[in-house]
Amino acid sequence: MSYTLSEHESKQLLKGAGIPVPDDALVETADAAVRAAEALGHPVALKLCGRAIAHKTERGLVRLGLRDASEVRSAADALLAARRSGDGDARLLVCRMVGGRRELIAGLVRDPSFGPCVMLGLGGIFAEAVGDVAFAVAPLAPGDAEDLIDALRYGKLLGEFRGEPAVSRGKLAEILEALGRLGAARPEIRSIDVNPLIVSGDTPVVIDALVELEGEAR
Amino acid sequence: MTNVVEKFRPLFYPRGIVVTGVSQHPGKFGAVAFHNLIACGYQGELFPINREGVASFGRPTYKSVLEVPAGRADLAFICTPNTANEQLLRDCARIGVRAAFVASAGYGEAADGREAEDRLVALGRELGILIAGPNGQGLISTRVSMCAQIVAPYPPPGPISVVSQSGNLASSFMNYGCLTGVGMSKAISCGNSAMLELADYLEYFAEDPETAVSLGYLEGVGNGRRFLDVARAHTASKPFVVVRGGVTSAGKRAASSHTGALASDDGIFSGACRQAGITRAETIEEAYEAAAAFATQPLPRGPRTLIFTVAGGWGVLTSDACVQAGLELIALPDDLRAKIDTMVPARWSRSNPIDLAGGETRDTIPELLELMAAHPDVDAIVYLGIGIQASQGQMFRRGPFWPEHGLERIGSFHESQDRRYAHAAAEASQRHGKPILIASDLVYTDRAYGNSGPLGVAETGRITSPSGHRAIRTLAHMVRYARHRQRGA
Repeated sequence: MSYTLSEHESKQLLKGAGIPVPDDALVETADAAVRAAEALGHPVALKLCGRAIAHKTERGLVRLGLRDASEVRSAADALLAARRSGDGDARLLVCRMVGGRRELIAGLVRDPSFGPCVMLGLGGIFAEAVGDVAFAVAPLAPGDAEDLIDALRYGKLLGEFRGEPAVSRGKLAEILEALGRLGAARPEIRSIDVNPLIVSGDTPVVIDALVELEGEAR
Repeated sequence: MTNVVEKFRPLFYPRGIVVTGVSQHPGKFGAVAFHNLIACGYQGELFPINREGVASFGRPTYKSVLEVPAGRADLAFICTPNTANEQLLRDCARIGVRAAFVASAGYGEAADGREAEDRLVALGRELGILIAGPNGQGLISTRVSMCAQIVAPYPPPGPISVVSQSGNLASSFMNYGCLTGVGMSKAISCGNSAMLELADYLEYFAEDPETAVSLGYLEGVGNGRRFLDVARAHTASKPFVVVRGGVTSAGKRAASSHTGALASDDGIFSGACRQAGITRAETIEEAYEAAAAFATQPLPRGPRTLIFTVAGGWGVLTSDACVQAGLELIALPDDLRAKIDTMVPARWSRSNPIDLAGGETRDTIPELLELMAAHPDVDAIVYLGIGIQASQGQMFRRGPFWPEHGLERIGSFHESQDRRYAHAAAEASQRHGKPILIASDLVYTDRAYGNSGPLGVAETGRITSPSGHRAIRTLAHMVRYARHRQRGA
């Protein structure tokens, strides 16, 4: 048996492990969403967030680039109206918009033989077709994260790219190392998806995260 | 002596061997194993057991293990039906046996053999007997001329040690040892790995002073964390080359996780190999060639490669392979170019690959090999086309004009030149501590293996790769491993 944490809970867990996660706010009403957006600064993204909602994009539960209070309010109304009976406790997650043209995925998976393994891969719409992923057994020793980054076939995308700077390998390595530490320290974590991990400037930023835990939901 | 070296001593350096299940029938495994031990000149004592006490291969046998004088045998090679083995092991313990290779089948691999296997392991522990197998084809240890196997391959002594989860893959590696002359110190087939698994043998090879390189075939990793730790400790001082079979995607992984969906058993194994500095090869020949190069050549300091060929196309193909493998096909250093200009006619390539276009004279190749190896911008050299001259020498020999028309003199010269090139390459490589990999299809295609080029390479204790691609593949493995070692240092 396993269950997944909501996006908000997942991000909190990552934050607690030392992975930088952009500020966000979990709210219940459209009014609160508008206030949160003001506080974070426009534009914002709005998502319906709950443990039972794993596939937000497919259900149209993500609204991006909301530029002002009225856009936030109407998006919030629409998302709250889109709730279904099976969604359980579903609230609104207000996130700052992060721009970037390169998408990665990172994660953690538990291998029956090797135990927790950190994953890094190419993200975005072609991720599954290209299947450019690499793994390293956790926890990562010094140099392992760098090697993991180098192991990507299309690692060129992480260098200077169409006017954007090279990805900070140090920042990316810190995220991978933190994922590895988390996997080694918390045996109840079955898997972690950080998807996408958008490269903004030179910084990989956690946009969405999903943590799957062993056992029955509490 | 470390604990692990002492633990494995009776298995690989036994004073004497009890062979059970020796029958008069030369088709039975017990007789085959006994034959192979005698035929390969095992240096210790042999104690063949045959219940009727009939002679085998002209040697008297013992009716019971208990007839063997105590303290003379410390290894048992067991080929008896599994129902007999427990009593045999108890008897073996009484005469001082400390290790057993159980070749008998009918254990964990059989539908109803699981329990018997568990009892075998428990009994081994109780008696203080190290148990290899069961259901394995055997082991060799060339230092004591021990061919304790139910199959034939027996390579010359050498620096490679083999551990294999498949008996016949162990044979393949040994056969390559026979073919090339770069032989083995030890080889063992894990069988069902009931008490000892691949990582245990690997741990031993890491400590064993006779092993310079370990070469493995595996399907299942078993305890992955232990495998990783053992491999890491091994590669800190010696290369470990592995081929993996049964590479499957683990579709059974949790589907709710994207990471899980993209994870394959093999992807994770690849990652583990990268982390632990394991050289992972895709094929048997690739693995063997890498192991043989590690065992006989200096490690490159980096990826800067020079390709040297006496004729064109090979150089072009090998350059492609070099770049594709991520090695650095360096620009030909100016001083080297200027020097070569003084040595050969102007038609030479004047770039990397250095293609002499047939313009060499008597001493050109040895001198050039020395110059290239000495150059500070060069980390490694791939030398292509050895044996062409000798091949022509052989053609002269086969024709109707031999030995008249001056052919004997020129034919012998051709043959001696290629042999000389092989030796010059090995000497320059050793002198400057840089790998010089030699590739020529003639190692296979010159029918009788009578070509003095590849033969000369074998005389230096090295191998000739059958193609430039394969030499490059080997070099790429060496560069990767060298980088791993530099990082650890």
